[in-house]
Amino acid sequence: MTAAMKTLGEQVLKVRSKNAGPFWVTIDIFCGSPQAYASILPRVRTADVGRLYGTPEQLVKRFDIPDLHVIKFSIPRPVVQGAAADRDMHGAQWAHLLDEMLV
Amino acid sequence: MPTRVLVPSGVLGLGFDRSALARGVAMAPDIIAIDGGSTDSGPFSLGAGQSKYARAATKSEWRDLMLARAQAGVPLLIGTAGTCGADATVDWMFDITVELAAELGQTLRVARLYSSQSAESVCTALDKGRITPLTPAPEVSAKTLHSMSNIVALAGAEHIQEALKTGADIIIAGRTTDTATIAALPLMRGDHPGGAWHGAKIAECGALCSTNPTSGVIVVDFDETGFTVEAMHETALCTPHSVSAHMLYENTDPFILYEPGGHLDVTNAHYTALDARRVRVEGSEWVPGRYTVKLEGARIAGYQTTILAILRGAHYAAHAQQWVAKLTTFLTDTITRRMDLSPDSYSLDFRLIGVDGALGPLENRTGTPVEVGMLGLVTAQSQAIAAEIGKLINPFVLHYPLTEDEELPTFAFPYSPATTDRGALYEFALNHVMELDEPMSAFRLTVTEVGA
Repeated sequence: MTAAMKTLGEQVLKVRSKNAGPFWVTIDIFCGSPQAYASILPRVRTADVGRLYGTPEQLVKRFDIPDLHVIKFSIPRPVVQGAAADRDMHGAQWAHLLDEMLV
Repeated sequence: MPTRVLVPSGVLGLGFDRSALARGVAMAPDIIAIDGGSTDSGPFSLGAGQSKYARAATKSEWRDLMLARAQAGVPLLIGTAGTCGADATVDWMFDITVELAAELGQTLRVARLYSSQSAESVCTALDKGRITPLTPAPEVSAKTLHSMSNIVALAGAEHIQEALKTGADIIIAGRTTDTATIAALPLMRGDHPGGAWHGAKIAECGALCSTNPTSGVIVVDFDETGFTVEAMHETALCTPHSVSAHMLYENTDPFILYEPGGHLDVTNAHYTALDARRVRVEGSEWVPGRYTVKLEGARIAGYQTTILAILRGAHYAAHAQQWVAKLTTFLTDTITRRMDLSPDSYSLDFRLIGVDGALGPLENRTGTPVEVGMLGLVTAQSQAIAAEIGKLINPFVLHYPLTEDEELPTFAFPYSPATTDRGALYEFALNHVMELDEPMSAFRLTVTEVGA
């Protein structure tokens, strides 16, 4: 970490997450502008996102969507929705980890 | 032939703006289509075969839609009736419809499309190599299939079209894909297939594709080259951004959507603002493929008893993780000795609310909470055993000390009794597709004349 680093959330419009069916969680970074998107894109690395969610990089699906200024990640749920060990039925709290990541 | 579809909201039971619905009806739609469920709330609804929404809320909204149908003179269609779309919830929705028909003095032809699958029929398909796992998929066998309390297949446009062909005034469909209920009529009338599926995906959550998501009501016009979408509430605007961004929602892949009989590819779709309220979309492609239907299944994974204690003392709040680790070791030993239960026949899971309750091992922040909630989840093979474990651990959850040389602490229990029996814990047990030669072969259609 350097002094210049800020959380991702401070630099974008919104980070949200939600189940995509019971077996996946999808996380959307809404950058909010072409400038923010261009600036964030190279700094959000797939391997770092995988590490944040305890998921091997090769299982993380990534979509860079310039038209929407959105970076999207989809991750297989380590715990299937509703299983005994699940802590977040809708997967919406996962976004905070990425929101707080320093980039 | 251009087709106008009115979608009152993303799901029946969540509410919609009544003046927006009236505006939608005034636009003379060809059909009114609404979704009745999803897997969003977890496996309970499918496992138990129950609606997650209150009957009163469902009936109140369905009354408005039955009146809108009578006024518009077009079919009213609900997909995935009763949250999970099992046969039991289709019949639950049918009972509500019969009650309302009597109350409103309506005479109706009602079609019911059933999506439930017997374990035997899915076993037969499994033996014939017609069941394919998606990623990631639980293991499937004759034994696991027979352990499921409900299995449903997701109906596609073909099944809804069969129901429409009966001339029904109201169609109550079991589990369907979110999009099939909206795409079925435009496809039947020869509208652009890519546009039909894409427009259906955009519309499936109602006004979520607009700037006023909670207003509910939207209208989609389908034609031979694409579709146009407009929200009915005065302050709800559909913009190219709000519409295209909806492809991100609850989708692992924002460009590809698999449906029975093929997939939708929106990579080359373009979104154009016709004015401040309406968006035109063209360029989406439908790619035909094998005819498969997705399967969902749920089964009982155990029975639960819970306990909640609150640690307000600064020392305990700061050392909650250490306390819980020590308590867990002590209780595991106590349960083994007193109940003769081995630790692999039940689970004892303590969650620290205020420390890492939502994220568990993924949590990377630390701090000093004012207080910590300790939620204990006991999962066992029967409710009686889970309840007995709950009673056994109760006094220790209340009084267990962090160190041996201190006076016994007493934590806060918010209610009495401190334990709550939750009943069955269900789990999703299928993430597979089943290949069909003939779409209707795994579904059943019943038509009933109701009222008068």
